[in-house]
Amino acid sequence: MVDLSVKLGSLTLANPVMPASGTFAEGTSRVFDLDCLGAIVTKTITQDVREGVPPPRVAEFRDATLFSIGIPSKGSDYYIEQTVPFYRRYTPPLVASISANTIEEFGTLAAKIAVPGVAAIEANVSCPNLKKDGRAFGMDPEATYHVVKAMKEACGLPVWAKMTPNAGNVVEVALAAEEAGADALVVSNAILAMAIDVETFRPRVANVMGGLTGAATRPIMLRIAYQCVQAVKIPVIGCGGIGTAADALEFLLAGCRAVQVGTANFVSPTAMPRLIHDLTVYCERHGVSKLSDLIGAVRMHEPIKLQQKAAL
Amino acid sequence: MTSLQTDACAAENPASDNDARTTSGHCSNETRATGKVVPLCAHRGDTASAADPTCSRKPSIAENQCVVRSNEWVNPEYKHLVLSAPDLALTARAGQFFHLACPPSNDEVPYLRRPMSIYRVAPDNQRIEFLYKVQGVGTRGLAQLNRGDTLDALGPLGKGFDLPATTGAAHVLLLARGVGLATMAPLAQEAISAGAHVTALLSARSPSLVMSADYLRDAGADIVIVTDDDQTSDVVQVEHLIRRLHASRPITFATTCGSNRLLSMLQRVAAELRIPGQIALEQHMGCAIGACYACVRPFRKSAGSDELTYRRVCWDGPVFDLQETTSW
Repeated sequence: MVDLSVKLGSLTLANPVMPASGTFAEGTSRVFDLDCLGAIVTKTITQDVREGVPPPRVAEFRDATLFSIGIPSKGSDYYIEQTVPFYRRYTPPLVASISANTIEEFGTLAAKIAVPGVAAIEANVSCPNLKKDGRAFGMDPEATYHVVKAMKEACGLPVWAKMTPNAGNVVEVALAAEEAGADALVVSNAILAMAIDVETFRPRVANVMGGLTGAATRPIMLRIAYQCVQAVKIPVIGCGGIGTAADALEFLLAGCRAVQVGTANFVSPTAMPRLIHDLTVYCERHGVSKLSDLIGAVRMHEPIKLQQKAAL
Repeated sequence: MTSLQTDACAAENPASDNDARTTSGHCSNETRATGKVVPLCAHRGDTASAADPTCSRKPSIAENQCVVRSNEWVNPEYKHLVLSAPDLALTARAGQFFHLACPPSNDEVPYLRRPMSIYRVAPDNQRIEFLYKVQGVGTRGLAQLNRGDTLDALGPLGKGFDLPATTGAAHVLLLARGVGLATMAPLAQEAISAGAHVTALLSARSPSLVMSADYLRDAGADIVIVTDDDQTSDVVQVEHLIRRLHASRPITFATTCGSNRLLSMLQRVAAELRIPGQIALEQHMGCAIGACYACVRPFRKSAGSDELTYRRVCWDGPVFDLQETTSW
């Protein structure tokens, strides 16, 4: 039997697979048994009730999607009274994702939802659909530092900071989150993007800009995750275009300790249980008894010494 | 309640005679190319699952692997797709839909699935059917399906029509135009078997585009056809028709699909005559299981309210209260 378990600081997951925030809901439990998962990450909530941005909210490309949803939220009370009890029926640790308008509000909300049944809190400092031009806390190292610090001081739970690929230098933001006490990084949220319908002259999402996600983004997201792994000591959770075991293994080999599956859940809502099963198949095929042995196991190409060869 | 697929794994269950099967969280299909299906884990309670306590709860939504029986043009714009489907898919109700993994067509590859409302469910011969207008990347791909091909249909999904408990003289009005005809058809069957009288008022551009009249007539519905070509389909005339129908046999429930102008008229007439009703809506979707919130539309918080809120067409609908719906 292959051991798929991974450690994320104080948390041990049965396997490294969890949904990316916003791509998973109670309805998923009607498709497969959620106990299969390594962890459950819920859609980002805010303190207040929010409607999100107007439709159209989604556009499609060959291997990618452009979403602009704008974090509709039923609010923190609903989350505590309805969402948490629903997921307490399942064994995987529950990770709450939160967003707020100010640093203080991140702290207040973290304190409020640190209730029994919540195992960690993900700071969504990276949604591209909240502010004009897709700006987010996560684009600025100092703002990210203060958000994470406020959350760490407000609650005793592990805090994960979700990076944005839209920062000028993601590594600087990653280091700031680590310095502020983040327990893990999630790398990364969606790539700020836009599209225009040339027949109607209208932007293909009403918010003009949105987040590009899906398989096509994976090489960019893997690169950023790898850069973060190289820079920080805390665990990195890979996210971006992951839909198969091979995709997940790329991130694990690059040094990520776990992975989040996002848009692939829309293409096939059984993507995660299939991925988990296929990780076992892969390990058996490669004679690997512990999946965690593969974390960071990427092998560099041997350097080719051109001068020596020329001398021969 | 029809029993759900008891075990989704084709590897463990002999394939049914129609070859359709359900792929769910219980199954993995890693070696899809060779057709080998690897069970991920079995149900709790099965001997095979004793060692693996996960993956035990039965799915009520699945990626149904359906087999194409036929896929024919019914007129120059619409095709009729008949599929052999696993038992779980056969639990679909009127107004519900499936999220179809449409195949590529030419060099166009639909990345996301496409929602498609159910046209007919025939549990006795393991069939589900769709009637669709060929107009986009997804439906162009569907149009190329041939007999024997497999189509992955996620579902059944969404909240279907909710007919009021039948009283003695139930009279259900179906008001549909264009592609809405397909969505309304199975409602006639359900209403008639629940003891209601059904009048289907079908509107289309031309008589050749009125597709389900025979199906509805066979189901026992009264049929009224109005078309642009015959100059009988304008909203004023349709309103008069509805008022005459109501005068001769009071309408107890009014349903519609497919036309913004008919919706506005029906809302006004139904409010005046105090007839409750529902509408089936469509919207571009991402996940279709309530997770992504891409498919929202604005609704009144309650009938008559000016306060609007976004609701998910996939999960809160696609069938909604007639008076809470806003026209588009």
